[in-house]
Amino acid sequence: MKRYSVFAIAREALRYHTGWERAWRSPDPKPAYDAIIIGAGGHGLATAYYLGKNHGITNVAILEKGWLGGGNSGRNTTIIRSNYLQDSSSAIFEKARSLYETMSQDLNYNVMFSPRGLLMLAQTHHEARGYKRTVHANRLQGVATEWISPQEVKKLVPIINIDGPRYPVLGAQYQARGGTARHDAVNWGYARACSDMGMDVIQNCEVTAIRSENGMVTGVETTRGAISCKKLGIVVAGHSGVLAEMAGFRLPIESMALQALVSEPIKPCIDVVVMANTVHGYISQSDKGELVIGGGTDGFNNYTQRGSFQHIEETLRALIETFPIISRVKMLRQWGGIVDMTGDRSPIISKTPLGNCFINCGWGTGGFKAIPGSGWAMAELVAKGEPGPLAAEFDMWRFKEGRFIDESVAAGVAH
Amino acid sequence: MLILECPYCGVKAEETELQPGGEAHLKRFGPGSSPEDFEAYMFARKNPKGVHFERWRHAYGCGKWFLAARCTATLEVFGTYPAQSPEPPADLVNKIKAKRPEWKGWK
Ligand SMILES: Cc1cc2nc3c(=O)[nH]c(=O)nc-3n(C[C@H](O)[C@H](O)[C@H](O)COP(=O)(O)OP(=O)(O)OC[C@H]3O[C@@H](n4cnc5c(N)ncnc54)[C@H](O)[C@@H]3O)c2cc1C
Ligand SMILES: [Zn+2]
Repeated sequence: MKRYSVFAIAREALRYHTGWERAWRSPDPKPAYDAIIIGAGGHGLATAYYLGKNHGITNVAILEKGWLGGGNSGRNTTIIRSNYLQDSSSAIFEKARSLYETMSQDLNYNVMFSPRGLLMLAQTHHEARGYKRTVHANRLQGVATEWISPQEVKKLVPIINIDGPRYPVLGAQYQARGGTARHDAVNWGYARACSDMGMDVIQNCEVTAIRSENGMVTGVETTRGAISCKKLGIVVAGHSGVLAEMAGFRLPIESMALQALVSEPIKPCIDVVVMANTVHGYISQSDKGELVIGGGTDGFNNYTQRGSFQHIEETLRALIETFPIISRVKMLRQWGGIVDMTGDRSPIISKTPLGNCFINCGWGTGGFKAIPGSGWAMAELVAKGEPGPLAAEFDMWRFKEGRFIDESVAAGVAH
Repeated sequence: MLILECPYCGVKAEETELQPGGEAHLKRFGPGSSPEDFEAYMFARKNPKGVHFERWRHAYGCGKWFLAARCTATLEVFGTYPAQSPEPPADLVNKIKAKRPEWKGWK
């Protein structure tokens, strides 16, 4: 793989850009691999990347039914933060956030990580108490967050209306090193690095059945033929229930639509990320000038990647009250993704009832920020067969044993 | 926009009138039951990509709970029926079978 650098740009400029090579190969599937990862979203690709980088396992295929990054990893609003309440959550989310800091250098791919600062507004007294508690918890966990006053919020976000009649801003939980990154670049950067290590990223290859013998996985059937493997990682977000059924178990997961939208590009007006969880709306501005906006999930099971109109209206109604300046901005595009919601709103990184078959899912509305940490933890699980410290609490049996990782306040609506 | 006919008041209710209530026909387990049964009732879900039976409430109408059969892959609605039904009515099941020959049945 040729490295990307300022010299490469200069060299290519001098020869009419004829020397750029494809970022990743497009191979046909081999008959067998040491490990197969199903799903080329950020989590699947990061899992494969760390299988190679941390554990030296490179005879790996990543199978994708559509195009890589075409699922939620290419549909999200790219918010990155690690201000969670429970220790096990903040450990994995902070691991991920810290890996984002050097991801562009590690992958030799500009993922445009922008730690511009993130505010979670408190608009009810209940919320204010909750966020103060999280700030204290974060301090114990070594995650840098702080509680700031409405005036400090106003200073960071001049366009905000802090004394709206219905939902005044009572303060905010502020994570200065939270922010955004370019989602496509994260997917593409990992795919390029995996391909460079000799792994096969195989697109347009849908897994249709999982093969097993004596309770151990032996391979998969796909739209491009049967492929055998020693180990299998299922990393398919909204389709986790479908794959779990193929593997013969049931998950505490429901798949629902979550939507986002962007406005026409406007001059820079907001240089932080603001989340308003009471009213289900959040907003940031992309480098192109578009306001990137998202809200809450629809309430019913859905695989169509299309959401309901009234949820968009709800989100915009709330944001216009908080940011009156945007009331006449036109919206350009709107889309949906299928998010995998677990019973306690925390993810699952786990062994499964099927031997040598592992699953990583349940990131729901908030897994973009977790991609590198989740890949790190999942790779360790697949390589060693047992979870390391990051994944240990996220097993799927916690629902039977009542060991919930209850982040519903932090992760149920927020991204 | 999703439209379901309330089996009680006959209103063709659109989504904003309705409140979703998740998978229907779950078997309830209470105190004293095994962790497996309790988990199955509380958390494990079929979550199919296809035919799904689910609970809905006509929240801004008559206020009653009812059940619906719907396709989660296309949003097609097959029909609605009263919440007291221990299983989906036979004519509804037959209608779905005719439309979706590959469907494995509601259990
Ligand atoms: C609108 C929206 C906004 C969001 N905003 C944020 C945010 O601001 N911050 C944040 O942290 N998170 C956010 N999220 C959540 C985040 O996008 C997801 O948690 C994350 O991208 C999940 O990544 P993944 O790799 O697990 O899944 P995906 O990226 O969905 O990848 C799964 C892949 O598996 C493939 N697949 C499925 N079935 C099969 C099969 N049978 N065979 C082969 N391949 C298969 C799919 O095609 C897909 O490409 C948002 C999500 C949405 C929808
Ligand atoms: Zn009614």
